[in-house]
Amino acid sequence: MTTTARPAGSPARTPARRTGVRASRALTVLTASVVLLAVVAVVSLFAGSKDTGLGDVLPVLTGGGDEYVRAVVDSRVARTALGALVGAALAASGVVVQGITRNPLGEPGLLGVTVGASAAIVTATAFFGFTGGSATVWVALPGAVAAVVVVVALGRRSGSDSVVPLVLAGAVLSAVLYAYIQAMVLSRPDVFDSYRRWVVGSLAGADLATLQAVAPAAVVGALGALALSSSLDTLSLGDELATSLGVRVPLVRGLGIAAATLLAAAATAAAGPIAFVGLAVPHVVRALVGTAHRWQLPTALVLGAALLVVADVLARVVARPNELMVGVVTAFVGAPFLLLAVRRGKVTS
Amino acid sequence: MNRTAPEQHRPGITATGLTVGYGATTVLDSLDLELPAGAFTAVVGPNGCGKSTLVRALARTLRPTAGRVALDGRPLDEWRPKHLARHLAFLPQDPVVPDGVTVHGLVARGRHPYHSPLRQWAPGDDEAVAAAMAATGVDARPDVPVDSLSGGQRQRAWIAMTLAQDTRYVLLDEPTSFLDLSHQIDVLHLCQEMRDRGRTVVAVLHDLNQAARYADHLVVMRDGAVHAQGAPEAVLGGEPGAALVRDVFDLPCEIAKDPQSGTPMVVPLARP
Repeated sequence: MTTTARPAGSPARTPARRTGVRASRALTVLTASVVLLAVVAVVSLFAGSKDTGLGDVLPVLTGGGDEYVRAVVDSRVARTALGALVGAALAASGVVVQGITRNPLGEPGLLGVTVGASAAIVTATAFFGFTGGSATVWVALPGAVAAVVVVVALGRRSGSDSVVPLVLAGAVLSAVLYAYIQAMVLSRPDVFDSYRRWVVGSLAGADLATLQAVAPAAVVGALGALALSSSLDTLSLGDELATSLGVRVPLVRGLGIAAATLLAAAATAAAGPIAFVGLAVPHVVRALVGTAHRWQLPTALVLGAALLVVADVLARVVARPNELMVGVVTAFVGAPFLLLAVRRGKVTS
Repeated sequence: MNRTAPEQHRPGITATGLTVGYGATTVLDSLDLELPAGAFTAVVGPNGCGKSTLVRALARTLRPTAGRVALDGRPLDEWRPKHLARHLAFLPQDPVVPDGVTVHGLVARGRHPYHSPLRQWAPGDDEAVAAAMAATGVDARPDVPVDSLSGGQRQRAWIAMTLAQDTRYVLLDEPTSFLDLSHQIDVLHLCQEMRDRGRTVVAVLHDLNQAARYADHLVVMRDGAVHAQGAPEAVLGGEPGAALVRDVFDLPCEIAKDPQSGTPMVVPLARP
């Protein structure tokens, strides 16, 4: 009573071997991505708006070196780690959102994460004397999560396909909150200033405290997403088939939204709303490793991290001695890869 | 073609007092049905008679408002969903192909019931997927996107996915619709092969002659109720068969013998 019981003599070996090739291709891509991330992370320690040469940085890494250079490199370590975390979280969140909503344009903002965090920043500045700095995380994180909770509550509807109401609820909440943000920003100069710094997305103020604050949410979100890989694969077949494959569809969708929210909220709270990573990296990853989430998610985590670290390095060096905001650079760095994936005709949801 | 004799059938799937509907509309009202295990059952009936609703309720993708469906004597809602999915597979009518998914990727999704949160693959996956692709003849090009395939090949890939699920029961909702004749026969042969390997196959079919020729057991539905059931010869054969078709399909006809298989063949009367 097994499918493996097959007529004698028919060649089972060829497809099985191809499966092996398929998995090893994904593994190769993943390994290459890890190497890429390691390389760009090292580059990120050496490059920056302050001109530090190899000779200055190397002694610091081995425990000696100049006091000033040490401070610079320390800040770069925190910045690189935070950048990697933000990129990884946004990319993985995008994979999950695109999987759950079966929407190739899906990205974490679809659930209200970005606009929720922004609205919280604006509200805190306007009414509670918030001035930015290290408290940003604790304002943005609850704001992002609260927005998703509202979207899910609005979008809940019994029925076979509960994806469309969810996406619509996200659009509605985004429109309303965005109007609120506009109203506050345009009428209050202090709010405008605070919002302006927040909304571009930047790693310039990165420190280890921020990293510690958001890492738990990101790690829980990432592990949750990985544990849902196989279930997310079945959701793409539609609710009916997913159900008949033994998936509790509302539960998996709920857990997926929770994981995507934790990931995106952590990233947004740490660095502001950085667009494009959550949209583009999942497409690039699918073009590289195919549609199975157990390969998509790890690859997206690593490539997302690499993309953001690269973008941040460029943000630091292209306008020396000034810096660009990483949110500005991300799209320029990521766009060619998304275009390439589109041109190859492999962009899929 | 070694058909199991009907009297050897033991109950596989049973529906008791099954009442199912969509919203306020009741489609099936207190339906009782026993589907023989190890056989190929065809569910036939006019459009809108509740065939699809029935198989969806049997596949627990539609929740009954009253009554119950049992597998091996155990009500479906007492099964853990994943455990049930290792025994019962369901292919809906015209399912949506995820964008860009390859044949292998699609078939591999049938292995989900064997995965767990801590293990997103299972040891037998590769073998089961390879065997399912070989059994349905889609193993030549496992890496092409499913949406680039012809309708017939695509349906084979879907059936391969249900095969990879490695279940004893396979429910198919109109697996031959939208296919040309040779691919319809192709799918029916696949159904028979599945049965020959010990599976219980239940398929909603539109063509009475194909149902009579390829299935072991017919369930004829009308207005949300089972109108008749039994072996094709018993249900559709002779003058009672012609009366049944007139009754259920409102179609004047006579019953001939299929020149190949000798099974009943519905021949509509010419317009007077």
